[in-house]
Amino acid sequence: MHLTSLVGAVYLIAALLFILSLAGLSTQATARRGNLFGMAGMVLALAATVALALENSERPVLVTLLLIALVFIIGATAGIWRARSVEMTQMPEMIAILHSFVGLAAVLVGFNSYLTEPAETVHQVEVFLGVFIGAITFTGSVVAYLKLSARMSSAPLMLPRRNTLNLVALIASLGLLVWFVGQNALVPLLVMTVVALALGWHLVASIGGGDMPVVVSMLNSYSGWAAAAAGFMLGNDLLIVVGALVGSSGAILSYIMCKAMNRSFISVILGGFGADTGTPAADSGDHGEHREVLAEEVAGMLRAARTVVITPGYGMAVAKAQYPVADLVSRLRASGVDVRFGVHPVAGRLPGHMNVLLAEAKVPYDIVLELDEINDDLAQTDVVLVIGANDTVNPAALEDPGSPIAGMPVLEVWNAGQVVVFKRSMATGYAGVQNPLFFRENTAMLFGDAKDQVEKIVLALAADSVSGAPALSAR
Amino acid sequence: MKIGVPRESRPGERLVAATPTTVAQLRKLGYEVVVEAGAGVAASYPDVAFAEAGATVVAADEVWTSDIVTTVDVPAEERLAALRPGTTLVSMMAPHSRPELIERLAGRGVTALALDAVPRISRAQSLDVLSTLSNVAGYRAVIEAAEEFGGMFTGQVTAAGKTPPANVFVIGAGVAGLAAIGAAGSLGAQVRAFDVRPEVGEQIESMGAQFVQAEAAQQEVSADGYAAALTAEQERQTALMYAQETAQADVVITTALVRGTAPTTVTAAMVAAMRPGSVIVDLAAPGGGNCELTVPGERVVSDNGVVVLGYTDLTSRMPRHTSQLFGTNIVHLMQLLTPERNGEMTLDLEDPVQRGMTVVHDGEVLWPPPPVQVSALPAVEQVEPVDHAELARVAQQTAQRRRTRRTVLAGLGAVLLALMLTVSPDQTQQHFTVFALAVVVGYYVIFNVKHALHTPLMAQTNAISGIILVGALLQIGSADVVVSTIAFAAASVASINIFGGFLVTYRMLGMFRKDA
Repeated sequence: MHLTSLVGAVYLIAALLFILSLAGLSTQATARRGNLFGMAGMVLALAATVALALENSERPVLVTLLLIALVFIIGATAGIWRARSVEMTQMPEMIAILHSFVGLAAVLVGFNSYLTEPAETVHQVEVFLGVFIGAITFTGSVVAYLKLSARMSSAPLMLPRRNTLNLVALIASLGLLVWFVGQNALVPLLVMTVVALALGWHLVASIGGGDMPVVVSMLNSYSGWAAAAAGFMLGNDLLIVVGALVGSSGAILSYIMCKAMNRSFISVILGGFGADTGTPAADSGDHGEHREVLAEEVAGMLRAARTVVITPGYGMAVAKAQYPVADLVSRLRASGVDVRFGVHPVAGRLPGHMNVLLAEAKVPYDIVLELDEINDDLAQTDVVLVIGANDTVNPAALEDPGSPIAGMPVLEVWNAGQVVVFKRSMATGYAGVQNPLFFRENTAMLFGDAKDQVEKIVLALAADSVSGAPALSAR
Repeated sequence: MKIGVPRESRPGERLVAATPTTVAQLRKLGYEVVVEAGAGVAASYPDVAFAEAGATVVAADEVWTSDIVTTVDVPAEERLAALRPGTTLVSMMAPHSRPELIERLAGRGVTALALDAVPRISRAQSLDVLSTLSNVAGYRAVIEAAEEFGGMFTGQVTAAGKTPPANVFVIGAGVAGLAAIGAAGSLGAQVRAFDVRPEVGEQIESMGAQFVQAEAAQQEVSADGYAAALTAEQERQTALMYAQETAQADVVITTALVRGTAPTTVTAAMVAAMRPGSVIVDLAAPGGGNCELTVPGERVVSDNGVVVLGYTDLTSRMPRHTSQLFGTNIVHLMQLLTPERNGEMTLDLEDPVQRGMTVVHDGEVLWPPPPVQVSALPAVEQVEPVDHAELARVAQQTAQRRRTRRTVLAGLGAVLLALMLTVSPDQTQQHFTVFALAVVVGYYVIFNVKHALHTPLMAQTNAISGIILVGALLQIGSADVVVSTIAFAAASVASINIFGGFLVTYRMLGMFRKDA
């Protein structure tokens, strides 16, 4: 069996290429190389697999070859079309639906493995686990996709005794496993699949829209474990390696997101923001007056500033303000102002989503900094623009132990000389917590649509640079 | 309603209560604004600019018949006498020291809002004209001192030798003191500053000055935001420190005001010990002065050649920006009084800020207002004393328990895993070895990925987890139609992942570009 050995060797090379590919993603400079490594690994693995599939084909080789070609045509058509047309704001949906494909494939492969291979206890357990994880990933991702694309209400579904329901589903699945191993019958496998599909649906449906970043990373992890389980049942080390890589990747991302929100992973998974903290402490009364400014005044502040930090939140992407913001940034930088971005880990709807959105707007990545990198510099910053962010710049997280977001790491923008908050109204953020930042004496509120307001600032700056009028001139 | 902005009646006053910018803001609130001809000329705001901003420029009489009249200083006698009942007068009026003025205003049946009686609570800060004026005065004090001082503020090293930087000593780090510290520092001077309230030390240092400490002279944290008078021992210590500091200083800026009155900080003896050509700027001159030689409103030169400036019109000497800031304070006040933004003023006497400012309401004297507590304090008082040692002990115990529990759980898990692997076939053991190592590799590889690249990372992992296609491809050639069909379906969805995932990652990574 020369071919099998050769395929095994190629798989090992492919696995190494996949590891290199993820390692390459560690910095922007090497990321593209990493992407290409991944593609190369995939091409090698697929070529080897196709050869093996043709060799082992129980039908005429041509039929198998045709089927395989058809598979690739379908995949390439659908995949390339989506990859080209997807908007960067829709990345979370795209990633969620791709997870669901892995889950679905894992379920199908599991069933096939059951149908084709002899019944051994270990193999049965592997099949059962693979199908179970795959099914949860499938429906969970579908729900996440529906919620993210607003085809389904993003509010958490609060069934009574929902944790008991989940537990019952788990115990039932365990019982079905015993039955399945004992009888090697199709029925328990099918029943379990239905239970797992329902469980996946329910798990994600009961998580609120704002926790979706964690959920998507969690599903990323599940899709990896599903692939690994498929690897166990097929005895394929390549699948195991890739599954383990993807599984740990998703797990780490979920962990980072939970830490950034100061929430335990368990409480996110068990659903419903605020359900564990009870009702958030009622608005603690008198916050004071907020101060309002106009776009032209903000332009004046920016002109006089030497260092500016912009902290964007998802609201910026919703208003599609990243393009005028990028324009504003290049204009300010051209006139010698040091402008940087401070991105909170949970800004956006995916880990790292905000960075992609800014990159799309042609903001150079080396001025986009992370929470830890920028926080110490904020005290030396003249002006901070908070665009579409709220909870991630809330001083209550550090100062008010009773706050629902207490302990969450936040961007300490209030240490800067002047803070300008772009906001539609005085409404609270996702966590439903009032933000004392708005009432600080060095905070000014700029109300209105973020895109319009930023455009107005750009206009004001442009008008001045044309007429050359000095700062604070009478208008 | 109509807001009137008259020309200031106090001789020498160059400020104006509104500027073209603030007129535009007032109009946004729904008000009509009339400005007396020439009102802003002294502050370099010509009538044309006001007209362009949407104000109507009119004669004096018409301004005074507006529904609301805003001025900087209390209007002259004849103007007060001509106020119509029902008019609202917004102005600084020093209500605590001028009871006779309040009586007169009440007699006219007007409503009077004193801009200098804004309660000192944080949310009222945006309408506090005293902070505004102090800030300007502090800055201007440095400029006046620089003009009188016969040297440069910044130290220089030149081919013709070097000059040391000026030593500036600031007494009192209120708004004015801090502004003076900032201005002197940015001119290059070495600034030292003192305040009896220890809590402002940090603010002094944040402005770039050195905080001078006097042993035992410091007070406890003040309860109402103002400095309090000193005890005898504290006073002796402080005086000693003042003597040392002033003797070394080229410029002394003193800003000490304790509840409206100026304590003596710089005695005649201290002035006598200063170098000739040194400058003292006394910002407390309107309250009588901190320096014994100060003559309010005048420039005095001591016998040993020290210049003592007691100017009381420092804010008026920078009319342009002062008017702008003052006018903005008034805009903030009108925002507070116009919650509906419909140009109708509504006075809410339940609100402590509005109540505090309202000296006369429809002819009824409302001065003095009930005391207002500084907002920050109650919260502090409620905190119960905490035994830190006890807390630390409890935390340590919890951590210890958690550690033990974790060790036990990990041990149990390891034993269970070992047992399971012992009874499983060799092949599974091998696969598990691969799996475990891959998880560890994955952990280290992924932790290195920058947060900025997490979205591309997810797309890339999406693509490579499409490798499950391998399993489906191997089943596709099965003779069983059911198996073959299922495998085909699985392979198709998985291949979407591969193409879509890699391509979208490629697209995203192409967007990341470094600053050229």
